[in-house]
This record gives sequence, C-alpha cells and structure tokens, in this order.
Amino acid sequence: MQREKLIPEFDWHTVFVQPWSEYASNSLWIVLMGFLVSGTCGLVGCLVILRRMALVGDAISHSLLPGITLAFLLTHSRDTLPMMIGAIAAGALTVALIEAIRFSSRIKADAAIGIVFSSLFAVGVILISVFADKVDLDAECVLYGELGFIPLQEVAYFGDQAIGPEPVVRMAVIAVIAIVLLIAFYKEMLVTSFDAGLAASLGISPARYQYGLTLFLSIVIVSSFESVGVVLVIAMIIFPGATALLLTDRLSTALWISTAFSTFYAIFGFHLATWLNASIAGGMTVIAGVLFGFVWMASPNQGLIVQYRRRQSNNNENLEPFNQGL
Amino acid sequence: MRAFWKQDFQAKATFSRMNRREKTSVLVPHLRLLASLFLLLMISSVAHAAKIGEIAETSWAEQALDFFALKHPAIRAAALGALLIGFCCGTLGSFLVVRKLALLGDTLSHAVLPGVALGFLWNASKDPWAIFIGATGAGIMGVALVGWIKQTTRLKEDSAMGMVLAGFYGLGVCLTSMIQNMVMGNKSGLDKFFFGQAAALSSGDLWLLGITSSISIVLILLLYKEFLAISFDIGFAKAIGMPVRALHYLLMALLTFAVVVSLQAVGVVLVSALLITPAAAAYLLTDRMHWMLVLAAVFGMVSGILGAFISYLSNNLPTGPLIVLGSTSIFALALVFGPRYGLLTKILRRKRQRKRIALENTLKSVFHLSENSGFTRKEFDISELAKERNQDLASTEKEIRALVAAHLARHVDSEGDTEWSDKARFQLKKSGWHRACEIVRNHRLWELYLTNAAQYQSDHVHDDAEEIEHLIGEDIVQRIEERLKNPIQDPHGKLIPRRDQITA
Repeated sequence: MQREKLIPEFDWHTVFVQPWSEYASNSLWIVLMGFLVSGTCGLVGCLVILRRMALVGDAISHSLLPGITLAFLLTHSRDTLPMMIGAIAAGALTVALIEAIRFSSRIKADAAIGIVFSSLFAVGVILISVFADKVDLDAECVLYGELGFIPLQEVAYFGDQAIGPEPVVRMAVIAVIAIVLLIAFYKEMLVTSFDAGLAASLGISPARYQYGLTLFLSIVIVSSFESVGVVLVIAMIIFPGATALLLTDRLSTALWISTAFSTFYAIFGFHLATWLNASIAGGMTVIAGVLFGFVWMASPNQGLIVQYRRRQSNNNENLEPFNQGL
Repeated sequence: MRAFWKQDFQAKATFSRMNRREKTSVLVPHLRLLASLFLLLMISSVAHAAKIGEIAETSWAEQALDFFALKHPAIRAAALGALLIGFCCGTLGSFLVVRKLALLGDTLSHAVLPGVALGFLWNASKDPWAIFIGATGAGIMGVALVGWIKQTTRLKEDSAMGMVLAGFYGLGVCLTSMIQNMVMGNKSGLDKFFFGQAAALSSGDLWLLGITSSISIVLILLLYKEFLAISFDIGFAKAIGMPVRALHYLLMALLTFAVVVSLQAVGVVLVSALLITPAAAAYLLTDRMHWMLVLAAVFGMVSGILGAFISYLSNNLPTGPLIVLGSTSIFALALVFGPRYGLLTKILRRKRQRKRIALENTLKSVFHLSENSGFTRKEFDISELAKERNQDLASTEKEIRALVAAHLARHVDSEGDTEWSDKARFQLKKSGWHRACEIVRNHRLWELYLTNAAQYQSDHVHDDAEEIEHLIGEDIVQRIEERLKNPIQDPHGKLIPRRDQITA
C-alpha cells in the first residue's frame, strides 16, 4: 500500500466500520491483544511509578534483547519457556549489575542504569548481527513489535478446542496471573510502596516485594515486547498509571482507571493506526500521549487549568484587602 | 542584615576565586589543541560514504594498517565521525553525569525521533540540515516537557522522563512507519537511525559534526565557570545572578545537537550510552571537572575509534553497539583499576588498614606488658605477649614477625630471621614504642572524653575506644585533650601517655 500523501483523508467507513465488518476476527484479536498488553503493563505500571522504578523498567526492557537472543541461540526455538527464562535472567542480571555498580562505586543510580542497559542492548544487537543467519529474530521487530501480525500467529489449542492466536492466549494467562497476584498481595504492595519503614516494622520485607515486582515486571515486558516493541512497552507501563494518578489519590481507584485507559488506548490506537496506515503500537502510544495531555490539562484536582484558576483566585484574594484599603 | 551582606560578599569572593582559577586552568590549552586538531582533520577530509567492509579481504594486520593509515576516504569518514562523536558526547555527557541527569540523555535521544521523521519529510530526502533542525526542535521540546510535567504534576522525574521518552518515540515510530509506506519511503534509510552505521556518514554529516563539536568546545570554554556553577551549586549560581534557566537550556540545546549528529553513527537507543559511559568512567578517575571533561572526551574518542575499527574488521557488525561496548570496557577498567575509587584500590586500602590495625593492637599489648612492669622492662618474650593477648603462640609469633618486618620491633638475641622459640625475646624499637604510646593515648583520651563530655558509664567506653583509637588523627586527639584540660588519668585510673613523652 504505497501512496503519495502522508496523512490520508479521514473516511469514517474505512477507519471505523470496515475493520469490524470485513476483518472482524482479525480486528478483535488485535484490539484484544492491545488491551491485554496495555492493561497488564498498566496494572504493574501503577506500582512501578509509585516506587519510582519507571526507568528501571526501561532498562529491563532494553536488556531483554541479549537474554532472548541467547535463549534462542541455545535452544533454537521460539518457545515461550526458554524465551521467558532468558528474559528473566536478563532482567535479574540488569538489576544486579545496576545495584553492584551503585554499591561499589560513587556512580549514581541514573548513570548506572544508563550504562547497564545500553551495554546489554549493544551486546544483544551484536549477537543478532553475528548470528544473523541463525537467529530468526529481527532487531527491528524487537524495536517496534507488530500488533498487526497477531492474527497470523499460530493458534493455541486447549484440548481440541482452538482458542486463539498463541501470543494472545499467553498474554491473557499473564494478565490473569497479574490480577491474582495483585489481589493476593495488594496490602503488602501498598505498604511497601508508600512506607517501607512501616512495612519493615510489620514484618513485610520491602526488598522482597521490590524484587518480586521487578521479576514480574520482566515477565510482563518479555511477553509484551513481541507485540509493542521494547521501547513502547515503557509507554504501556508508564502512561496508564501516570494518567490515572493525576485523577485519583487512591491506588485501588488508580488501578481501575488505568485499566479503563488501556481499553481506550487499544481501541482508538487501532483505529488511528488503521486510518494513518501506521504501526499499531505507535498509534496506541500516540493516543496514550494525547490522553495524558488532556488529563494533565483538565484533571479536576491537579490539572493545569485548575492550577491556573487557583492561582488567579489566590491572587485576587490576596489583593482584596489592599483594594479595599485603597 | 550584616550577615546577609557578608554572605553575598563571600559568594562574590568565591566566584572571583573561581574566575582566577579558570584563567590558569590547564583545560584551556588542552581543549584548544584538540579543537584545532579536529578542524584540521575536518578540512583534510572530503569523504564520501561507502560500506567500509567491502574494501579488503586481506589479513588482519594489513586491514589494521589500512584502517589506521586512513587511506580510503570512507575509512577516514567513519574514523573521523566516530572520533568527533566520541569527543562531543563525552564532553557534554560529563555535565549530565555530575548533575545526576544521566537518563535525560536517553530521553533526549528517543525524543528526537519524530523530529528526524518530520525533517525527513521536509523535502523527502536525507538532507542532514532539515533532519538536524527537526530533531533539535523535538529534543528541546522533549526536555522542556519533562521539566514542565515535573513542575506541574506530582509525577516524579523518572515517570516524566519515561513518558516523554516513550511518547515521543511512539510518535516517531508512527511517523516512520507512515513514511515507509509512502512511495519515497523505501529509499529513506531511516532505519539507519535505529542502530547506526558510521560508514554511512556523508560529508554533509561530517561537516555538521565538526561544526557542532566546535560550537560545543567554544561555548564550554567561554561559559565553563557558569556551567560549573549550575552543575554543582544551582543556588549559588542563582544568588550571584546567573541566568540559570537560560544556561540550562543552552546546555540542553548543545546536548541535543550532539545527540542528533550522533544518531546516524550509533543509533537512537545507544546515543545515551555515549553520553553516560565515558563521562561515568572519567567521574571514577578524577574529582576535578576540567579533568573529567578531558578524560571523558578522550574515552569517548578512544571508544569511537575502537568501535569504528572493529566494525571495519568484521564486515557486517553495526558500529554503534561496538562503540558502546568499547566505552563500557573503559568504564569497567576504571571501575576496577581506578587509582582513587577503583574496586581494587578499595580492597587494597581495606587490607592495608586491617594490617595496620593488627599491628597497632600488638603494639598496644606490648605497652600494657611494659606498663604492668612499671615501665621498667623493655624486653619481652613471645609467651608473655601471647598470654597478654590471650591467644596461641603461633599467631603471636606471626604478629611479632609482622612488627619486625615493619621495623617497629627488634629481635633481641639475633638480628637475623632465624629460628624463633617461645622463649625468644623481642624489644620495641623507638618508632614502635612511640606508636604504641600514641595508640594508648588515643584510647584513654577517648574513654575519658566519653565519660566526661558525653556522660557514658565508665564501664561502657572500652569497646568504643577500641575501634576509634585506630581512626582518630593527631588534630582530633589534641582538641580532645584541650577540651578535657590536659588530663593525666583515664576513667580507670591509668596514666595517659603525654604528647611530649611520645615525641621525645
């Protein structure tokens, strides 16, 4: 599909109707996958943001590359299990290296993160180039991911019953695990996120939950990167939570809101990408960014508009006595 | 009022001191030399891009010779490009690392992507200037947005950076995929921006790189003390009336330039490594900003050349990751072998300290032996010391040997290192005796200080003093002595060795 103009004309039928009439099943899988990815990432992301680990997530997502490449080279398969193990190992290595550099030298956390993830990413790119003929991993695919290929993936079976494309099923399982874990450890997560001292005094080890979250974060990232790419995973992790936290003070509410936003990203990102003929993950990110911008402006308690009004009325109030006196 | 005036005056004095130091700084001639070198190289190179790997299928050594002789214009372009990029990123990255903003470089490098795509769209070609302008605009917007989000919401810096990074990048991915779907998109070469290929640098790119490097050097030289002030003490900078915000954005603009011109050679994801890693390695080696800048620039250039060279040797490896791994190796070396903050140095230092403490503990025990005899005896045998120190003969003998080796004690019966029996006798040398007195003095003064000045119980002070006696220096001991008005006895009624006794 090559064309001359960058932005095609908007046509309601091709953008909103056609995907759901002619390609309904494909569209369904794509949107469902988009929702599962951004929903799961969003749930984990709320916790990640509260713990100021956002850039650790970025680091992990980049350093997955050598992990999955090595796993692939060793097992010659793209099965879920070796990939997962490779990815988790890479995530653990990243965190361990960052901590090691921080504790053994005067390098600060930010520089340590930067050094570790870029080096590991470089190792991954080099591995892929050296074994280019043996590795069925496309570095660009890792960078972008492609949600559009989801319906073309192998179909997973439950017994004899075909359920759906394998990545979607896998992601759904991860999402269910995430929800179960979140419900099971909600209180502990809450306490360790906001008051590590209190948590420790209650006998809840903050470090253990930190590592647990990091581990789960790498699992979520590895199952998502295939569809959204290593960089946009970060968008899916940070945007829903960050936007939700502008609207509420309660973690439980934030989790619900972030899930609602994820649905929004998946549906409208898909349609935006259909319209512009662009990458779907990119479209979802753009929607996420626009939505964040909107909430940032218009949030009822913390929005820019409210802040501006408050400042104005403050100024007026402060001036009043003077005005009256004069 | 007076105090405030004084403060202001002090600030001015510090500033003028800084001014003077800057004038005599070693930095200026160094950087000037480098700058002229670069410009010379720039002019001599009229290079056109080609895949360097295609040049030769010869032996390793011959290829190395070829590379470093810089005969082929493509090699010259790649090498010069890598060199300039390393220099530029290393120098500017130093400011990021010392300001704990290292990941802003990462944000910046991702945020420029939509600008690159738009610049490419401008006239549908890889015109370096259009791309440069677009990318710079996007980068500066990204940095400004991070600051704005941080200021007006309760989101923390890391989330703000992550959002700008991912949001801009997502937009960029969108635009790139749209461009690649367009007719002219196939020859766009936009994919070069992701992983980088130094050999793909055109002469236009090189000019851009040269100009950016020159501008960076000139501005850093001119505004060195301003950048120094905003990096280390922003309050001070504000107090003396520096335009802090303008300087910050100037630095960010320079950084964006550096990121943008490096994109094609190392790729979006890895530019941040070039900003952080050489600077972090330099940070491990020095405490002075101008040396850090010089070192970071050198590290950046070395890794640039290394990366370009290895990429040349091995036909199909992308340059960017190799440059990054080059700088990571330098960082690892600095981390382990750094003379001041290296791991090895730390381990050695700790080992040396442990050895010193062991020696001092032995000396102290000998002092106690002597004290028990009313300072009449000078010679002791090993079994006596073993009893005093409450340990076996073998380890005591080892301790005495260590004392002898450190020239603090002497073997009485024979000077040589012959057989030692448990009845062998030794004597402290003068230096050893002085050191022993010093330690005991430290110990007892500290005990007295704890009981008298800090209201400790006298039976609780020994353990603390046991630790501190090895660590406090002469000046602190003297101050304690003054404060306690030159005491004679410690809390347990023992005599404190006097200072003049020790030095006499």
